[in-house]
Amino acid sequence: MPSRAQVLVRMRLADKAFQHLTHATALAVLGLLGCIIVSLVIGSLPALRAFGFDFLVTQKWNPVTERFGALAPIYGTLITSLIAMAIAVPLGLFVAMFLTELCPLWLRRPIGIAVELLAGIPSIIYGIWGLFVFAPFLQSHVQPLLIDTFGEVPILSSLFAGPPYGIGTLTAGLILAIMVLPFITSISRDVFDTVPAVLKESAYGLGCTTWEVFRNVVLPYTRVGVIGGVMLGLGRALGETMAVTFVIGNAHKIAPSILAPGTTISATIANEFTEAVGDLYTSSLIALGLILFAITLVVLAVARYLLLRVERRLGA
Amino acid sequence: MDVSLYRRRRRRNWMAMFLSLAATLVGLGWLVLILGVLLWEGFSGLSLKVFTEMTPPPGADGGLLNPIAGSLIMTVLAVLFGTPVGILAGTYMAEYGRYARTTSVVRFINDILLSAPSIIVGLFIYEVMVAQMGHFSAWAGAVALAVIVVPVVIRTTEDMLLLVPNPLREAAAALGIPRAYIIRHVAYRAAKAGIVTGVLLAIARISGETAPLLFTALNNQFWSHNLNAPMASLPAVIFQFALSPYADWQKLAWTGALIITLAVLTLSIVARVVTGSRRQS
Repeated sequence: MPSRAQVLVRMRLADKAFQHLTHATALAVLGLLGCIIVSLVIGSLPALRAFGFDFLVTQKWNPVTERFGALAPIYGTLITSLIAMAIAVPLGLFVAMFLTELCPLWLRRPIGIAVELLAGIPSIIYGIWGLFVFAPFLQSHVQPLLIDTFGEVPILSSLFAGPPYGIGTLTAGLILAIMVLPFITSISRDVFDTVPAVLKESAYGLGCTTWEVFRNVVLPYTRVGVIGGVMLGLGRALGETMAVTFVIGNAHKIAPSILAPGTTISATIANEFTEAVGDLYTSSLIALGLILFAITLVVLAVARYLLLRVERRLGA
Repeated sequence: MDVSLYRRRRRRNWMAMFLSLAATLVGLGWLVLILGVLLWEGFSGLSLKVFTEMTPPPGADGGLLNPIAGSLIMTVLAVLFGTPVGILAGTYMAEYGRYARTTSVVRFINDILLSAPSIIVGLFIYEVMVAQMGHFSAWAGAVALAVIVVPVVIRTTEDMLLLVPNPLREAAAALGIPRAYIIRHVAYRAAKAGIVTGVLLAIARISGETAPLLFTALNNQFWSHNLNAPMASLPAVIFQFALSPYADWQKLAWTGALIITLAVLTLSIVARVVTGSRRQS
């Protein structure tokens, strides 16, 4: 039978051990991010050494001659995300406005839950739907219309030029828009809910319409949070892989027309990584991953920083 | 009184209200449409064979048994690896280091990891495991998924432990109980439902992940329970079959997509019910 002192010592040791264990795991999370960055940098060194800065600004992507440039995937990533945000942000804000200002109370929770459940649906589902349903629909109905309508307009004619492939940059952007819509909606709704009722009531008391209250009270009050939510959605859109890979067409060139097939960083990696032969090819793909990680890291850090500011203000 | 100004404001208000209603209908309608097509295409291919037979060669009959088993195996392993790490790190952030500088840094980094592109995780695990071992393996796939599990579990564990009222801890401390015991036997118990929710959400998150598996676990046409060899998974098989030109394969891809969606929706709803019942009690 151990003495009282022994038991106490054992307890203190176990106590300290548990504390250090949790501390070490928390620090390991920091280490994880560090490891990801270091491993990507090491993996992409051969490509960066071979091509240098040219890697970022050349369009050529030729596995046979082993000449690689990242410009086309970078351009595709940015343009598809731009299309997605241009559609999803206004739409998401209007839906959030409906949920917080207009919607009858009994309907708020069901619609809110539905939006959140939809945000959890895996992206491959959107991809398969885009490939089999959405792309053929665009090809036969929407794209010919766009080509006919804008064919005569000076700048837009090159933007909407070429045969209707169905798959392509525009389709990928639209699918992304559908995907990030639930994210933007649910974050903006949460942020809109933080507006103190007194503020809104005073505006109503002055005779403002619902729209004026939303435009002049709710939006200015929640500006920081909304931008944070939008950036979070943007981070999602930039890094999205499966939904895009199905419908982008994987063509390594920058076409002026958004109806033409293109590629994004993530789609290039997903399509080519397992087939890549030779160190330089693999390394170039990892370098693409490094670029994507750098872009999303900046976007997500800004998003989290802005959302943190909203939380701090609420706490204060 | 200027009636025209009043009319203009009212008209603008109506327009905004109409737009917001229309946006909601378009947004929700669109998502309902996707789910509708998925249910329609998926259910028409659903049969007992899907769960009892292997993936077929093109043109033959078959099911999805090996990818379903593969997905289950790798998900279980990922949860086994990722959950303890997530819970321990979350414990530090909510209990020992609640006001420490480290905690806010870890929280910031963790939130970034939470929404980092999953294909990057795939590349990372390829570099550190597949390239070192020289071959694709189910282990690598499971670790890649575990890297995605960790941030989700950390986030919910920390949030739920912060909700546990301090008087509970103080009462236990007054009895002379060491801190580690208080955390394990008082705080964990009070936050159990929330932590379980976090794990369920993490499972929902990884069960549809494709990108991190593509070049870690790769894929496998045949039955395999060798964790050192490539293993099939539902998302990877859907990816392969959907992009194939064969109608049978495409049909199976839809069915697989339906299975994943139903699993994810069920998990999220169960997670909601678990937290909901805790709030009421």
